[in-house]
Amino acid sequence: MHLLVCGGTGCRASESSLIVENLKRELEEKGLAGEVQVIMTGCFGFCEKGPVVKVMPDNTFYVQVKPEDAPVIVAGHVIKGRPVQRLLYVDPKSREHIADSKHMGFYRKQIRIALRNCGFINPENIDEYIARDGYAALGKCLSELKPSDVVDIVKKSGLRGRGGAGFPTGLKWEIASKNQADQKYVVCNADEGDPGAFMDRSVLEGDPHSVLEAMAICGYAIGASKGLIYIRAEYPLAIQRLKVAIGQAREYGLLGNNIFETDFSFDIEMRYGAGAFVCGEETALIHSMEGARGEPTNKPPFPAESGFMGKPSNVNNVETFASVPVIITKGWEWFSAIGTEKSKGTKVFALAGKINNVGLIEVPMGTTLREIIFEIGGGIKNGKKFKAVQTGGPSGGCLTEQHLDTPIDFDNLVAVGSMMGSGGMIVMDEDDCMVSIAKFFLEFTVEESCGKCAPCRIGNKRIHELLTHITKGNGTMADLDRLKNMCNVIKDTSLCGLGQTSPNPVLSTMANFMDEYVAHVTDKRCPAGSCRDLMKYSIILDKCVGCTACARGCPVNAITGERKGPHFIDQEKCIKCGACFEKCKFGAVLIN
Amino acid sequence: MGKLKTLADLKRIREETQAKLDLRIKGDSPEGLVQVKVAMATCGIASGARPIMDFFIDELDKRGIGAVVTQTGCMGYCYAEPTIEIQLPGKEPVVYGFVDRKRADEIIEKYIKNGELVEGIIPVNYEKID
Repeated sequence: MHLLVCGGTGCRASESSLIVENLKRELEEKGLAGEVQVIMTGCFGFCEKGPVVKVMPDNTFYVQVKPEDAPVIVAGHVIKGRPVQRLLYVDPKSREHIADSKHMGFYRKQIRIALRNCGFINPENIDEYIARDGYAALGKCLSELKPSDVVDIVKKSGLRGRGGAGFPTGLKWEIASKNQADQKYVVCNADEGDPGAFMDRSVLEGDPHSVLEAMAICGYAIGASKGLIYIRAEYPLAIQRLKVAIGQAREYGLLGNNIFETDFSFDIEMRYGAGAFVCGEETALIHSMEGARGEPTNKPPFPAESGFMGKPSNVNNVETFASVPVIITKGWEWFSAIGTEKSKGTKVFALAGKINNVGLIEVPMGTTLREIIFEIGGGIKNGKKFKAVQTGGPSGGCLTEQHLDTPIDFDNLVAVGSMMGSGGMIVMDEDDCMVSIAKFFLEFTVEESCGKCAPCRIGNKRIHELLTHITKGNGTMADLDRLKNMCNVIKDTSLCGLGQTSPNPVLSTMANFMDEYVAHVTDKRCPAGSCRDLMKYSIILDKCVGCTACARGCPVNAITGERKGPHFIDQEKCIKCGACFEKCKFGAVLIN
Repeated sequence: MGKLKTLADLKRIREETQAKLDLRIKGDSPEGLVQVKVAMATCGIASGARPIMDFFIDELDKRGIGAVVTQTGCMGYCYAEPTIEIQLPGKEPVVYGFVDRKRADEIIEKYIKNGELVEGIIPVNYEKID
C-alpha cells in the first residue's frame, strides 16, 4: 500500500511535509513501515482543497488533511480498511462523499482531444497512431462519406480556428470546396509565433500523423490533391518528426496516389519559414511560401478564392487540424456537446510566467481562468499575489482578478478586451509592472512588424518610445492621452491582424491598471518596484551600524561614510544596481 | 510493410499493434514487459531527457530487466521535465518528474524491481479520450 502526499507548493505551505512525517511515525509505531510507504508527489492540481493525500491502490482521495489526522488515517484506513469519511471530498452538487478520485469532477476539468496522443504514443511509429484509431477517420471519409458530408460534419461540430481569430473551420472548408479550379491546396499553418505558446510544436512533435490525416481529410472535402505545411525552421525536432511521419504515411500508401484504392490522391510537402510573427497571417504565409516577402495583402480575395499560386487554398492551424480526425470518428454531436454555446470543444493553453505548473493543458471551452490558474496551474509561484494574466500573446490583453470567473471562449475573451489568440497564457504577479509588460510586448511587435503599412511600422515604434519615456520617469499626463489616441488609430487603420491587435497590451493595461500609469507620470514612481530608473536607494540612518559592507559592495563608489558611522548614497553616482540592498544585513537600505 | 490497399489492411495493423501493446500492459504472463516512456519533445530534450532515455536503455539491459523503452511527445508537465511514464505489467501507469540519473536509478531499483513507489510522482490530472 502507498500513501501519496501532495508536495506541490500550495500543499507544502499548508504543512504537507509534517503530514508525511506524522504518517511515517505512525506507521513505524504500528510496525507497518515495511508494508506501507509514504511518498511525497508533485502537485495534484487540487490546491484549493489541499493538502491532499491519496491512498493507493484503492484511489481514495483525502482533502484538507491536517498533520493531526495522520493517526486516524493509519488506524482507520490502513489497518481497518475503512476510509475516513470526514476527510473525503464532498461533491459540491450532490453533497455526496466521493472516495474514488476517478469520479471527482475535478479530474474531468482537462480533456485531451488535440493532445490525445501526445505523451502517449511514439510519434515516430505510425503503427501506434493506427492502434489509437489513426487514419480510421480518413478511411471512413473515403469509404462512407461524400466530400460535402465531411464539410457538413465539420460545420456542425462547431469547430473554430485555433490559430487566433476563431473563424468557423467548416465554413472555411465550404467556401474552398465551392470554388472551382484545376488545382487547390490544403495549407497547414505551423508558424507558431506567439512568444509563450508552444502547443503546435508539441502536437507536431508528439502526434504528427494526426495533422497529416486531417490535411488529407480536408483535401478530400475541398477537392485538393496537394498539402503544404508551413513551419518555422526554428522547430527542428517538429520538422524531423513530420518528415519521418510523411515518409511512413507514403510507405503505407496513406499519402500518395489512389489512397485505399480510391480515386482520391493526396500528398504533402513542407515549406520552411524563417520565423516571422507576421507569417502566421494567412496571406503573408502564402506569399512567403511562394518565395516572396512575408507581407500580408488585403482580403478579399480570401485564400479560399485565390491563395497559393493564385489557386483556392484552405489554411488551418495545427491544433485545428489535430482536432478534425476525432470529430469524424466520434461524430459532430460528441464534439459539439463539449464547450460553450458558440465555442465548441476544447482548447489547449500554454501556461507560462509566474505560475507553479508551467506546461500544456487542454480544457473544455468555458473553463474559467480561476480554474486554469489556481487549480490546474497550481497557483502563483512563491505564494505571491496574482496580478494579471495575458491571454493571446502580444496581440491579446491583460486580464485581472475581476475576470477570473469569466468562462473562457472566443467571444468572452474579446468582450473583456483580450482574445484567445493561439492560447498562450502568461501569468503575472505583484512584482510585475504593467507599463513594463506593455512595453515588452510592444518591443516584440516593433521587431516583428513587416513594415508594409505606415500605422503599424511607424505607430508601434512611437508607442514603444512613449512607453520607454514613461518608464524612465519622463512622461506627462498628456502623454497618456496621446498614447491611447495613437493605439486606437493603429488598431483602426492597420492592414493586417498584427497591427490591428498590437496596441491591445497597452489598451488593456491602461483600462485595468491606469493607476500604475498615473503613478509613473505624476509621482515618478513604479508601484511594482520594477522600473529601475524610477527607483531610489537610500540608507535609513537609524538602522545603519557603519559596517561598510554596502560601500565595499558598491561597484561605482557611490556610498560614503566612516566606519561605525552612518553611510550615504550619492544619488548622482548611483546606478541602481541593488548591490547595497543585498549586502546590507541590517535592513538599512531602503528602495523607494 | 507494403501499401495499405483497403480498410481491412488498416484494421489489421490496428488490431495487431493493439494486441502487442495490450500484451505489454496487461500481460500477467512472463511476456509482460515493463514499459518506459520518455517524454521527448523539445521541452524534455532541453531538460536532459535524451541521456535519461539512454540511461534506462543501458541500465535495464545491464540489470537484466525485460523492458521496452520508447519515446513519446510532451505530456504537458513542462515544469517537471524530464518526465517519464512507467507502466508495470498489470498496473496503472505512473508518471515521474524531474528525473535525473539518481532518480532514474532509484526508479529502476525500487519501483521497477519491487513495485515500491519513489519520490517525484506527478499525479495525472486529465481525462483521456478513447
